[in-house]
Amino acid sequence: MSRLAATFEQLSKTGRKALIPFITAGDPSPDFTLPLMHAMVEAGADVIELGVPFSDPMADGPVIQRASERALDHKMSLRRVLAIATEFRKTNQQTPVVLMGYVNPIEAMGYEDFANAAQRAEIDGVLTVDLPPEEAEECVALLKVRDIDPIFLLAPNSTDERIKKMDAAGSGYLYYVSLKGVTGAGHLNTADVETKLKQIRANTRLPVAIGFGVKDAQTAKTVAGLGDGVVVGSALISKIEANLDNLERAKIEIVELLVAMRQAM
Amino acid sequence: MTEKYNMPDERGHFGPYGGMFVAETLIPPIQELNAAYQQYLNDPEFIAELDADLKHYVGRPSPLYHAERWSRELGGAQIYLKREDLNHTGAHKINNTIGQALLAKRMGKTRIIAETGAGQHGVATATVAARLGLECVIYMGAVDVVRQSLNVYRMKLLGATVVAVESGSKTLKDALNEALRDWVTNVDNTFYIIGTVAGPHPYPAMVRDFQAIIGREAKQQCQDQAGRLPDALVACVGGGSNAIGLFYPFIDDSSVKMIGVEAAGDGIETGRHSAPLCAGRPGVLHGNRTYLMEDDDGEIIETHSISAGLDYPGVGPEHAWLKDTGRAEYVNITDTEALEGFHALTRMEGIIPALESSHAMAYTMKLAPAMKKDEIIIVCLSGRGDKDMQTMAQREGIEL
Repeated sequence: MSRLAATFEQLSKTGRKALIPFITAGDPSPDFTLPLMHAMVEAGADVIELGVPFSDPMADGPVIQRASERALDHKMSLRRVLAIATEFRKTNQQTPVVLMGYVNPIEAMGYEDFANAAQRAEIDGVLTVDLPPEEAEECVALLKVRDIDPIFLLAPNSTDERIKKMDAAGSGYLYYVSLKGVTGAGHLNTADVETKLKQIRANTRLPVAIGFGVKDAQTAKTVAGLGDGVVVGSALISKIEANLDNLERAKIEIVELLVAMRQAM
Repeated sequence: MTEKYNMPDERGHFGPYGGMFVAETLIPPIQELNAAYQQYLNDPEFIAELDADLKHYVGRPSPLYHAERWSRELGGAQIYLKREDLNHTGAHKINNTIGQALLAKRMGKTRIIAETGAGQHGVATATVAARLGLECVIYMGAVDVVRQSLNVYRMKLLGATVVAVESGSKTLKDALNEALRDWVTNVDNTFYIIGTVAGPHPYPAMVRDFQAIIGREAKQQCQDQAGRLPDALVACVGGGSNAIGLFYPFIDDSSVKMIGVEAAGDGIETGRHSAPLCAGRPGVLHGNRTYLMEDDDGEIIETHSISAGLDYPGVGPEHAWLKDTGRAEYVNITDTEALEGFHALTRMEGIIPALESSHAMAYTMKLAPAMKKDEIIIVCLSGRGDKDMQTMAQREGIEL
C-alpha cells in the first residue's frame, strides 16, 4: 500500500481529516524549505504538497506566482526540489510528500528519468496541473509501476464522465478545486461544495482533498466537514511574503495557523 | 506527400505536438468551444455571415501585388506581396477575430478576453467586440504597453479595458498566462479569443482555418496573374498564424517551398532571440506541446525581438510538425536585418511594413537573388508599419 493510501486509511479509522499544507519549494530561499517541512509536520500536517516552481504558473494566483519567482531567483529547479525531498525522508518516514507543479519541467527532465528520480527521492504523489488524463497516459504508467500516486484535479464544472476518468487514472486522492479561478482567489460557497462532493462521491471511492479558498481555521473546519482532506496554500505563503525580513517569524506564523486549523478540524 | 494532409487528429495532435495541456477547470469550456466550432465550421449560415463580414467589413480579398521594382532591383525571382496590411485594422489578425467573435455570439458569450503582444490582435479583438457590443478585456505585457502605446490608445478608444501585466517578463507570454487566469475565473460568460495558432486544441486548428483565407486567395490570385503556382512562400513566424494561413492551402502542393522566418533578435548565437524552431526544443507551454525557448530545467526563458509580435518563446504546434516532417523550412532574421527589409520595401515600393513582416521581407532579399527570374515568391505582408513609427524613430535617434 502506498504511503498516501496508508495515511488516508489511518485517518479514516480515527475519524480525522487530512491537513495538507502546500508550500513552494525554495521560497523564499532553498534553505528555508526543509526545516519548514519538519515544522509543518509537528504542527499537524498529514501530507505535504511541495510546489515545484515554474516560470509560467498559469493556474496560480499572484501569491503563488510570486513564490515561484522568489524560488526561481535562487535557481530552484525540479532536481533541487527532489534533493530537498530526499533530505526530508532521511528523518521522516511517515509523512507523504506530493510534488505539485506544471508539466514542462518534467518534460525537460524526461518522463522516465523523472519517474526514476522521484522513486529514489521516495516521492509519494505527483500532481501536474496542466496534464489532464488525456495527455497523461505515459506519465501515469511510469509513476504507477513505481508505486507513486498520480493525483488529478477536479473542478466545479467537472462532469460525471470526467470524475470517472480521474478515478480511473488517479490514485492516492483526488484534489477538488473548490472554486472557478486561480489559487488564493475568492470565497468559498459551502453549499456549492457540498452539492459537488455528493456528485464526486457517487463516482469515485478515492479520498477527496479540497483546496482553493481555505484561509483560516474556520474555513478549514468547514471544508473538513465536506471532504477527506483540506489543502491550504496561499494563506501559508502569504505569511512568508509578509515576513521576508524575518523568516523565523514566518515559520512561527505558519505553524500557528496550521495548529489552529488542526484543532478546528 | 501522396496522402492528403489531414492534421490535427481529433484530440488536436500534430504528431507529438499540440494537444490539450490545461488545468481541469478549462476542460469543459474547451470541449464546449470545440463542439461549437465543429458545428459551425460546416454551417452554411455561419460561413455566409463570415464571408460577408470578411468582404464588407475587413475589405477582402486583399490584393496580391507584384512588387516589380523590388524584384528587378534584387535581380532574381518575381516577388508577390499578399497585402494583409490593407485589411481593416491593418493586419491579418482580424481574419481570425471576426471568426471567433461570430462564434462567441452564437455560443451566447457576452464577454471577450484576449492577449496581445504588438497590439494588433488586441486592436482586432477590440474592434470586433465594439461592433458586436461585447464587453472586452485585453491583457498586454507592461513592456509591450510602453513600446506599443499607440495601439493601447486605439484599444481604449474602441471601448476595451487594457490590463498591463506586470508578472514574469511582462511580455506576450505573461499576457497569455493572465488571460488564461481570467478565463479560468470567468468561464461561464467569457470567450477567450487567442490570436495565434497556439494554445490548447482546438485553437491551433481553428485559428489556422480562419487564417487560411490568406493562402486560398493567394493561390487563386497567383493562378489568375501568373497562370501557375508559386515556387516559394515566405512569412514571418512568432506564434505563426499568418504563416500557417498562407501555407496551409499549399501543403499538398509539394512543388511549393514553404519558409517561415523567426526573429533572431541580436543573433541566435547571443541567446537573445525569439527563434524556438531554429534554436529551441520541444516542451509544453500554454496548453500545447511545441518547440520552446527554455533552460535545462524546463523554465521558460526571456525572449528578445525588436518586434513585439514575434517576442514569444513558443510557436504554433503545427509549425513544429511541419519542421520535423521537413515540409516547411524555418530560418531566422536578426533585428538589424529586419530593419534593412523594412527600409527596402518602404523605399522600393512605397509600402511601410510592420516590423514583424519586415523579417519576411529581409529573408526575401536573401532568397530572391538566388532564384530564377521566372520563378515566383509569395511573401505575406502581414501588417502595416504605422504602429512601429515610435520604435523606429527611437532606434534611429529621431525625436517625433
